[in-house]
Amino acid sequence: MKRAVGETPWVRRSLIAIAVGFFVLFMVVPLGVVFAIAVRDGIAPYLAAITTPDAKSAIKLTLLVAGIAVPLNIGFGIAAAWSLARFKFPGRRALLTLIDIPFAVSPVVVGMMFILLFGAHGYLHSSHKIVFAVPGIVLATTFVTIPFVARALIPALEARGPEQELAALTLGASPWQTFWRVTLPGLRWPLAYGAILSTARAIGEFGAVSVVSGHIRGETNTVPLHIEILYNDFQYQAAFAVATILVVLALATVVLQRVVEWRAERNRV
Amino acid sequence: MKIRAEHITKEFGEFAALVDVSIEIPSGELVALLGPSGSGKTTLLRVIAGLEVAQKGRVFLGDEEITHATIQARGIGFVFQDYALFEHLTVAENIAFGLSVRKQPAAKIELRVRDLLARVQLSELSTRLPSELSGGQRQRVALARALAPDPKVLLLDEPFGALDARVRAELRTWLRRLHDDLHITSVFVTHDQEEALEVADRIVVLDHGKIEQVGSPNEVFDRPASAFVIEFLGGANVLRGEVHGDRGSFGELVLPWTGAGDGAARAFVRGHDLELGREPVPQSLSVTIQDVREIGITARVVVTHLDHGELVIELSRRRLAELALVRGDRAIATVRTASVFLDNPPPSQALS
Repeated sequence: MKRAVGETPWVRRSLIAIAVGFFVLFMVVPLGVVFAIAVRDGIAPYLAAITTPDAKSAIKLTLLVAGIAVPLNIGFGIAAAWSLARFKFPGRRALLTLIDIPFAVSPVVVGMMFILLFGAHGYLHSSHKIVFAVPGIVLATTFVTIPFVARALIPALEARGPEQELAALTLGASPWQTFWRVTLPGLRWPLAYGAILSTARAIGEFGAVSVVSGHIRGETNTVPLHIEILYNDFQYQAAFAVATILVVLALATVVLQRVVEWRAERNRV
Repeated sequence: MKIRAEHITKEFGEFAALVDVSIEIPSGELVALLGPSGSGKTTLLRVIAGLEVAQKGRVFLGDEEITHATIQARGIGFVFQDYALFEHLTVAENIAFGLSVRKQPAAKIELRVRDLLARVQLSELSTRLPSELSGGQRQRVALARALAPDPKVLLLDEPFGALDARVRAELRTWLRRLHDDLHITSVFVTHDQEEALEVADRIVVLDHGKIEQVGSPNEVFDRPASAFVIEFLGGANVLRGEVHGDRGSFGELVLPWTGAGDGAARAFVRGHDLELGREPVPQSLSVTIQDVREIGITARVVVTHLDHGELVIELSRRRLAELALVRGDRAIATVRTASVFLDNPPPSQALS
């Protein structure tokens, strides 16, 4: 048999064994434990744990926050990616770097930032309650997920070049028609990719949200915060039961992401 | 509809892509903009289409000035070098795009698309995506899409640039025939002199942002206006010498000189304008046969001359057989026609 590279079969087998062993030890076993503990007392307690009023309210809040943060990021991401990929202006490089700041800053710092801005003694304090309330959670979540959509769109826009848009203009399309009928559909796969990653992070965000939420049960608890509270109350089975929701969502995200990548690959000219 | 551009100057930073270029393209003609890369040919096409804005100059379509018109308002069909098809739309939807953005009735769009699909011979592929087509098929979709809204003129940027040799040759003939059917004023950009000579009614040769020559393919080929034109068209031998008064001497060869000015000059002689013989005659070059290549019906003979170095001569294989020349033989080369240009032409000689 011909091999592409010159390693001996022994080296090859041990490398594969190390990779598989690592994967099992660090991913399959821990994820398996989550499910094992979640259902250790049977299905009924499992279902009970994820349908308590607090759990339901946490799920609702998480979906609401993601439902606001992700569309905001899509809008911002398209605008930012378009201006960074299509226009040359002073400070463009700096902006390209700055867009990654939410990835670099620790989420706890992000949370504190919003408290300093909008808290009782903050610079932008108003009569409207922002921190320790839903608006603060939305702000913090939006901040930490800002780069995903723009980061997915910029390389796609650069690779595409402006020709399709110019072609649409020569065919008589208005700028508005060009955006809706050529630009947006042409970017649908990278956009979906960015939106999926952004959603996954919005649902799973813990640090920044934990600082700004105030942990008011039934009001400002998201799913990750709810899990923490259950865990700290020694309700392990319930904590892991709710955690399975996040795990399933994460796995679904990974699968969706692969599907989108595969579709994007297939559609490339 | 005729196209007129007056005194167009376009600079990209320090680089002058077009320098005071004026041109008129008569209605109904198929015109080639020919030149090397960086000559400004694509920029001129894009300025006419409104895809680039020139710093100076005016553009007219028919009698209407379109210098400041939007891209959409010009009504120009443009075929991009790499087609720029809408990747997410089918062949039929691509062709329909220019009609549907104008809110034409669906029945009318369908009829027009069907007609164009038949014209570009893609009726069976109407539901395919661009990614499922070959290069030649994509090129035809791009052309049909540009023609669909009934543009006043058609502009094509390197229309055959990305295709392999056989498909290129096919599409060339096809484009010529399409133009003969539609009579739409068309301008295409190319760096391939053969393409320009074969397809175009008229050739505009550009170099360094300036027009070197405008003429029919035969005019450009037979009476090149500058050393650049004949060099760019290719296949010419260069004899160095100098001109004085009404004649130029190039080694032992004396050629008439009708131009203005004196000084160092080059005589360009195409391979088939050199004739080989065995008997010495006046006004000829004595050469030694270096190499003989037979290519189908023609033969290419490389000879060396004491002063002029290597020269390439083209003749028919029958003539070669008559002469029975082999490597190392001594022979006589006579010049049928030559184009003589000064190395440093006086400014007034540039273009008349």
